[in-house]
Amino acid sequence: MRARPNVDVVLVDAGGSNLGSVRCALRRLGVEAEVSADAGRIRAATHVILPGVGAAAPGMARLRESGLDRLIPTLTQPVLGVCLGMQLLFEASEEGDTACLGVIPARVRRFDGAAPRVPQMGWNRLRIERDDPLLAELAQPAYAYFVHSYAAPVGPWTLASADYGGAFSAMVRRRNFVGMQFHPERSAAPGARLLANFLREPAAVRAGATGT
Amino acid sequence: MLTRRIIPCLDVADGKVVKGVRFRDHAVVGDIVELAARYRDAGADELVFYDIAASPQGRRVERAWVERVARVLDIPFCVAGGIRSVEDAREVLHAGADKVSVNSPALERPGLIEELAGAFGAQCVVIGIDSLRDADGVWRVRQYAGDPARTRALPRRTLDWVDEAQRRGAGEIVLNCMGSDGTRDGYDLAQLRAVRARCRVPLVASGGAGAPAHFLAAFREADVDAALAAGVFHGGAIAIAELKAYLRGQGIEVRP
Repeated sequence: MRARPNVDVVLVDAGGSNLGSVRCALRRLGVEAEVSADAGRIRAATHVILPGVGAAAPGMARLRESGLDRLIPTLTQPVLGVCLGMQLLFEASEEGDTACLGVIPARVRRFDGAAPRVPQMGWNRLRIERDDPLLAELAQPAYAYFVHSYAAPVGPWTLASADYGGAFSAMVRRRNFVGMQFHPERSAAPGARLLANFLREPAAVRAGATGT
Repeated sequence: MLTRRIIPCLDVADGKVVKGVRFRDHAVVGDIVELAARYRDAGADELVFYDIAASPQGRRVERAWVERVARVLDIPFCVAGGIRSVEDAREVLHAGADKVSVNSPALERPGLIEELAGAFGAQCVVIGIDSLRDADGVWRVRQYAGDPARTRALPRRTLDWVDEAQRRGAGEIVLNCMGSDGTRDGYDLAQLRAVRARCRVPLVASGGAGAPAHFLAAFREADVDAALAAGVFHGGAIAIAELKAYLRGQGIEVRP
């Protein structure tokens, strides 16, 4: 599975400890990604990935320090948020009562008492909610590796959901912004397929994109 | 629905996978990356690498092999052994590991759990517990259990330590039941059940796996989230694909 060779991928350095793993996963797809926190460099990329492991408040603080909290929502190329990176695309997170990037109009909440244990840690099945190029050629059933204590609700932005004491958003899209709550870099073949699909997203905003 | 995980554990010394009696006569089994890739392809859900050399020699885990593993693995992996500080953990996590597992150093200094959870989030912090039932019928923790010559019995009750570890920020607990470890007679279901009742975070069973039915019992009767084993996988006694097919047939959700 090779991605397009002519992509210029930048990984936003927001202090996430999975930066290295995501970079390795891209390398397995034949793509060398650059790590940067520089606004000009990020703006010039064809594809931007916001990884992130950890808590919402320090994650947002890191972005604010370098002014990236204002830059990211204005980007027009494909942007992928992974795990915490996906949660930061939302309006706010209950975790530390944190205002986030506001790309998707909903609030991330802690798993409630219906979840068997918190954090959710392990492989869960993706349930496709909506057709999207990001899901092309994803073999079913597809399982992905999740590690998280907070989750985004299902809404018009949801491409795929998963069930953990109730449905939550596993994959989201709004315009050029997509998010994966699981770790595609640690989700075997399905993860590699989804990352490759992201890299196939056209560098400019898709005309007539089905974003909400 | 979240599936139950099957986790092979590999002992590592000086960048090679080894087997044998721990801390004596290490026989090199093979290259760490080759074996990691073999288990990945066999359907393992996650791998644990236990650096048996770093821990007793007071050394840090070598970053080089963690990086080599991170490059080839597309499933999560955890590094255990030799992690005593936030700096040690940072090395391993930044080299590409998804989690670190801490055992004796957390008993020496329980505040380490808070420090690790604060720095990296609870989801990165696994607490390993070596536990044995004493003559009075109470399960208590053992320190330095990796090295028979140094193993110490502590007054700390296992169930109390399970509570405390969670309170301090453990994101997962691996319970190694020493009484069944290496016997291949099955996991210690009574002890796992008792810990499960106290454990709100994911719980991994360890010690005693010898047959597919033992995994089934751990999932069905002790409701553990994952089952860890070493010998039965390395020796080829149990193939992961067949184990998972069996579990699925018994109604346990596993990743295909």
